[in-house]
Amino acid sequence: MKYLSEFLGILLATGRDVLPIVSLLVFFQLVVIKEAIPHLRRLVFGGVAVVLGLALFLWGLDLALFPIGKIMARQLSDPAFVLRGQGDLSWASYYWVYLFAALVGFATTIAEPALIAVAYKASEVSAGAISQWGLRITVAFGVALGISLGTFRIVTGTPLYLFILAGYMVVTVQTIFAPRPIIALAYDSGGVTTSTVTVPLVTALGLGLASTIPGRNPGLDGFGLIAFASLFPIIAVMAYAQVSHWLARRG
Amino acid sequence: MANISGRKSAWSIMAQAAGGKLLAAGLDLLPIILVIAFFQLLVLRQPLPQFGEVCAGLLLVVLGLALFVQGLEMGLFPIGETMAYALARKGSLVWLLLFAFLLGFSTTIAEPALIAVSGEAAEIAREGGFIPPAEVESYRLGLRVTVAVSVGLAIAIGVLRILMGWPVHYLIIGGYGAVMLMTLVAPAEIIGIAYDAGGVTTSTVTVPLVTALGVGLATVIRGRSPLLDGFGLIAFASLLPMIFVMAYGIWVYA
Repeated sequence: MKYLSEFLGILLATGRDVLPIVSLLVFFQLVVIKEAIPHLRRLVFGGVAVVLGLALFLWGLDLALFPIGKIMARQLSDPAFVLRGQGDLSWASYYWVYLFAALVGFATTIAEPALIAVAYKASEVSAGAISQWGLRITVAFGVALGISLGTFRIVTGTPLYLFILAGYMVVTVQTIFAPRPIIALAYDSGGVTTSTVTVPLVTALGLGLASTIPGRNPGLDGFGLIAFASLFPIIAVMAYAQVSHWLARRG
Repeated sequence: MANISGRKSAWSIMAQAAGGKLLAAGLDLLPIILVIAFFQLLVLRQPLPQFGEVCAGLLLVVLGLALFVQGLEMGLFPIGETMAYALARKGSLVWLLLFAFLLGFSTTIAEPALIAVSGEAAEIAREGGFIPPAEVESYRLGLRVTVAVSVGLAIAIGVLRILMGWPVHYLIIGGYGAVMLMTLVAPAEIIGIAYDAGGVTTSTVTVPLVTALGVGLATVIRGRSPLLDGFGLIAFASLLPMIFVMAYGIWVYA
């Protein structure tokens, strides 16, 4: 009974979140477009499947993943765990945190539904030239590198904008050399990596680190991991396209 | 007899498709399970808490993801494309841009991640003494509206770009320049939040719809390539909120 009411609550919340989209679509359909919709029943069925699927997905994450993930993020960034008999606390003592950040970034990105959607579309539009798994794994590597570097930044206290500025410069230079068809997709893959699965875990890690490391302010230093997770996939996707383009030309 | 066996094979095809989706969803989830197990058992050396609940939760995640992907193919993608075709056929630029703006605005204003982030941001601004406690609520709402308006504008500009055939990289690199310039003048308290605001705006339901809209438009408009011109809307929706949130910060803290 407790589980049923929990699920109904999540289903209701998901329904409320998509309500603005549904009303927008219905309004444009009835007032502006005024044409019969082909396969209406199929579309409605698909829409219901999306909402139901998303609600089940979120419910499962709440039950299984988020509690453990958040506890683990706290435990790993706890100074008592980081020290474990070593002398001083330096940036290098946090190696488990960097590894955890990278692996969690990679794993949650693979499960991110929005990225699955974009990879599906990209593969369809490019007639299979861009493979779904190829794109998803490349993006996940980018997120892994980004979040790991982001935790390093929180530990050392380097200003966020320096990293972002450097990242933008790299992206700008890559844009000049990357094969043109990949550019728009690469930019998009920065935005889709961080939603349902990644954000809660990564935010917990960032705030946990910023509140346990002496001299860090959670308000100022806890933010910024999402920005890293949005920037590095762009670099990764363009780099992958450049390397495979170069290999194809060479071989 | 032929009829019966035909129906049977239709059922078995459906069952196979459902099995394939479930298997794919299980594969999507495998890395998370491995990472959690590795850290819990080998690094932290603690047993998994509430093992039964975790297993049930993982089953739900797999089921939900499979259902979502099914709905994506049947519902979200076709809906986005149908709207793109219908609006392009109608030939009215105003309605198309209005649709694009409202799609961005309406999905962002209700986005739970944004509500959470703007709440935290308001709390930080109050604790830092930058805004009086009485204005926390209006600051929070202001931030939400700012981000939603910027996402709406971003999608509208992105759609205009597809129509006009402007290269995506000029706009994005120009946007990066604007972000860096704003960073120089924006108050330090807003910068981290502004950078993160770009990432949280694009939700799981918005992304497929917006992608299908862009690809659909680039498909029907002559001279546009779906791959070259159809993507890029999400990128604008991640970039413009950064600029707008910093502008909002400059205006509030000044």
